[in-house]
Amino acid sequence: MGEHSIRNFSINFGPQHPAAHGVLRLVLELDGEVVERVDPHIGLLHRGTEKLIEYKTYTQATPYFDRLDYVAPMNQEHAFCLAVEKLLGLAVPRRAQLIRVLYSEIGRLLSHLLNVTTQAMDVGALTPPLWGFEEREKLMIFYERASGSRMHANYIRPGGVAMDLPPELIDDIEAFCDPFLRVLDDLDTLVIGNRIFKQRNVDIGVVPLEDCWKWGFSGVMVRGSGAAWDLRKAQPYECYEEMDFDIPVGKNCDNYDRQVIRMEEMRQSVRIMKQCVAKLREPAGQGPVTTLDGKIAPPSRKDMKRSMEALIHHFKLFTEGFHVPAGEVYAAVEAPKGEFGVYLVADGTNKPYRCKIRPPGFAHLQAMDFMCRGHMLADVAGILGSLDIVFGEVDR
Amino acid sequence: MTAELQALADHLAASLGEAVTASAIAYDELTVVVRAEDIVRAVTFLRDDPKCRFISFLDICGVDYPGREQRFDVVYHLLSPHLNHRIRLKVETDEVSPVPSIIDVFPAANWFEREAYDMYGILFSGHPDLRRILTDYGFEGYPLRKDFPLTGYVEVRYDEAEGRVVYEPVRLNQEFRNFDFLSPWEGTDYVLPGDEKAKA
Repeated sequence: MGEHSIRNFSINFGPQHPAAHGVLRLVLELDGEVVERVDPHIGLLHRGTEKLIEYKTYTQATPYFDRLDYVAPMNQEHAFCLAVEKLLGLAVPRRAQLIRVLYSEIGRLLSHLLNVTTQAMDVGALTPPLWGFEEREKLMIFYERASGSRMHANYIRPGGVAMDLPPELIDDIEAFCDPFLRVLDDLDTLVIGNRIFKQRNVDIGVVPLEDCWKWGFSGVMVRGSGAAWDLRKAQPYECYEEMDFDIPVGKNCDNYDRQVIRMEEMRQSVRIMKQCVAKLREPAGQGPVTTLDGKIAPPSRKDMKRSMEALIHHFKLFTEGFHVPAGEVYAAVEAPKGEFGVYLVADGTNKPYRCKIRPPGFAHLQAMDFMCRGHMLADVAGILGSLDIVFGEVDR
Repeated sequence: MTAELQALADHLAASLGEAVTASAIAYDELTVVVRAEDIVRAVTFLRDDPKCRFISFLDICGVDYPGREQRFDVVYHLLSPHLNHRIRLKVETDEVSPVPSIIDVFPAANWFEREAYDMYGILFSGHPDLRRILTDYGFEGYPLRKDFPLTGYVEVRYDEAEGRVVYEPVRLNQEFRNFDFLSPWEGTDYVLPGDEKAKA
């Protein structure tokens, strides 16, 4: 045995690698094929979102949140709007709450569909992503029909949502639900029951619950390790309290459990969507979709042409924006990837003084070293996929 | 909710003693200001005390207040899934005095402390690997400080002649305009010459 035959390898994984889910550079130290150390280098997609937000009014800041986790854009906006509304002490009309919940769940479907199917791709299958993207396309059309944009919606605004949903759209969302459940069943047989998928994921990336909390995990990552912790149930926001849904919980703490949970969460999301659609049609679900406080939410186009006051409000809102009383809040939502939090410090002006974005993926990715040690090189891609990383939110 | 948080705040003040310098409840959130040297003790207590059990680590971030003598706040967010409460801890520091790292209590603090260092230049003592995380390799300055310009100091482009990426000072075709909307409509607080008698 020569000296060179037992030396350790260092390899660079990424930044351009299809399994890196974006621009991740992993410096891997290998002993043969066993991973000894992982050093993720992030920041290649850093755009200085937090700095930019400090220079923008609250209205101008919301679109930045679409560009964080661009797989489920509205869930991020939602967290920011909740933070602003908390500072303003603003109540959101019921119809707006229902629409927000409906679209948050659509966002969850978008994210989980991408993750589960690309996880299958990471371990060798090509068909599942094609099936998943077909459904994602339909959901993005729902995004487009509500907001005018397939991805960067800027639909959820402080005080409510930008516009009401047309009744035909609500009908189409309802018509989407049941066929989608059948697609999920197909995906189940294609992916979850697949022998290779199981061989590559079962007992890989095991994290005991205690470590999950310590490493700052949230969302599917803690549920996969056996904690029935979901902010939608534990600290309900909007009208999640009245929704009827279950939280799937894993028990083996491995990659496979996480993917099974994501599949089940999609079914639960469809359940919530159906309830939202029904409630949106009830008389109690009618009414305005944004707060009637003209100092916060812009008036309708029609009012602007008729009412001097509305015109003034519109002008002031889109030049100066609204002022938010001084204070600091932390608002969090159960985004598809985990707890997405916004820590907002306001100083009483029309711009945030500090807006810290707490992305779930950042905490998850940092545990790569901890999770991959002792695994084979081929499992790195599988573990990375099960963390559900999107670089928009990790790098901000 | 507020009563429970108040009880928690009292419990902390009684147990940690002088380490807690202030606590406040606003918007149903508890904020506790802790002395910098006691942060590790405070976080360990919050994690292990059976009445607290803040076992879930959420966030560390910096906030810059250039007007203050201790210009930075380091803000810690923790979550207790058992109590279903959140807590915010704050530590004040400046550019040169380090804050003890809580990496031994929560390993997740690693990247968050690196981020605070990267963005604000806040130092953490006892951190094993305090290097930049989000900014470019070889970046200089601390971008989230209030005295760092939004446009930054350098821009990059690929240079055909040299065949590599070059760094150059930022050149703006139009100066960055930051409008001051701190309302002129509310009236001025100074008196225009000749207007002294108008209000009286």
